[in-house]
Amino acid sequence: MKKSQEEQLENQDIEIRLLIQAIFDKYGYDFRNYSQAHIKRRMLNRFHLSGMSSISQMIHEALCNHKFVDQLLMDLSINVTEMFRDPAFYKAIREHVIPLLKTYPFIKIWHAGCSSGEEVYSMAILLKEEGLYNRTQIYATDFNPVIIKQAKEGIYPISRMKDFTLNYQRSGGKASFSDYYTANYESAKLLDSFKKNIVFATHNLVTDSVFAEVHMVVCRNVLIYFDRKLQDKVISLFADSLTGGGVLCLGSKENLQFSGYYDNFDGLVTGERVYIKKYKV
Amino acid sequence: MTPARKYKAIVVGSSAGGLNALKTLLRNLDREFKIPVIIVQHISPDSENYLIHILNDLKRLKVKEADEKEHPQPGYAYVAPPNYHLLVEPDQTFTLTVDERVNYARPSIDVLFETAAEAFREHLIGIILTGANNDGSLGLKRIKEMGGMAIVQDPDTAEVDSMPKAAIQACAVDHVLPLEEIAAFLNNL
Ligand SMILES: C[S@@+](CC[C@H](N)C(=O)[O-])C[C@H]1O[C@@H](n2cnc3c(N)ncnc32)[C@H](O)[C@@H]1O
Repeated sequence: MKKSQEEQLENQDIEIRLLIQAIFDKYGYDFRNYSQAHIKRRMLNRFHLSGMSSISQMIHEALCNHKFVDQLLMDLSINVTEMFRDPAFYKAIREHVIPLLKTYPFIKIWHAGCSSGEEVYSMAILLKEEGLYNRTQIYATDFNPVIIKQAKEGIYPISRMKDFTLNYQRSGGKASFSDYYTANYESAKLLDSFKKNIVFATHNLVTDSVFAEVHMVVCRNVLIYFDRKLQDKVISLFADSLTGGGVLCLGSKENLQFSGYYDNFDGLVTGERVYIKKYKV
Repeated sequence: MTPARKYKAIVVGSSAGGLNALKTLLRNLDREFKIPVIIVQHISPDSENYLIHILNDLKRLKVKEADEKEHPQPGYAYVAPPNYHLLVEPDQTFTLTVDERVNYARPSIDVLFETAAEAFREHLIGIILTGANNDGSLGLKRIKEMGGMAIVQDPDTAEVDSMPKAAIQACAVDHVLPLEEIAAFLNNL
């Protein structure tokens, strides 16, 4: 590799580290233990779109221009999601977790990193179909205030309903999915009856603490963005907020196996990342 | 001749026609082939990763899906899971993400190649095989910039030639090789 290339790469990495540090020092959003390769792609992407002359100029803008830092937060929080994403996961919930939840008189569920809410409404629909929704309280959180606002509204582009419906059917859903929303030309709005037992709030998994004791934590496709150390910290947060016998649901490519908390959990469903917190370790 | 350099990883990108091309490539590698191979094949998001079974049946490299945080090992080939991007961290471990598609693809070849280029620098070989789009071109260019080696399947031997052609246009490729000869070339490094 040419010397100049090497130096350019080194400088770029330093500048991006400084940008992330500046965002933390000034705004308290801590991305220091996120996947470096991922952060770098996102920030370089923004750099090319912004027309700025250097990453250092981006640091200056991030400190002085609140609109720009909001943009960076959107860039860093990947909000890509779907209703009934990974249908096999929801099928496993129906078959293996619902029977457990049925034994509780009252159920509390925490969706952490819920993005624009699709995952939460999917669970609400499933619980309703299984006759459990009326005795469930759902806390749905994400660190991104803009996205939490969208989640609260529960309005999605109509163009997405085809895929959502297919996912729903693949997940074992038997009802007519279109009964669950009202539609117009552009958008579909989830029925209000699905919202009444959901509280949406901002919560940052890196910097905030446990806020409730719950029977189930659903945190999917969030931990993959974290380094090992941060993954462990967040899993300890989940372990602390779960009751004994509580259920932890991770994304399909997220694994407890290498975490320091592996011994606190038993696997519940083979092929899915669904775990039960042991009563005693 | 320049002395043989120690290559630490090979990244391979393939799209339309890729299954057959990957089979040919892996089948002809030596049984003791030591350099880890990391593969992005464009694949439908909800497919079971059947590619892994087919490539494992060749009984050459051990083929598995790339896990997050995994460190590529000699004797293994890693395949990006359907519907996830595969990235290589500066410490040479894998990251998976569900970010938006890049070049209409998830996994995207550019995402793997660009991050691997920076992680492995002059110790990386990038290979573009058959395909119907231009994913991988920018990534191959980045591999060259970082001092790695760029190999492209000879478009005349590709089931679909647009991806190899785009890669050849994008940068000064080191070797354009007929599909059947790529493995032999790697065996002799
Ligand atoms: C890829 S989405 C996953 C959405 C949904 N759980 C799913 O699987 O479809 C990741 C979400 O995690 C959120 N997130 C990232 N870092 C977070 C943090 N430190 N605390 C809370 N949420 C976070 C992002 O804002 C984003 O909405």
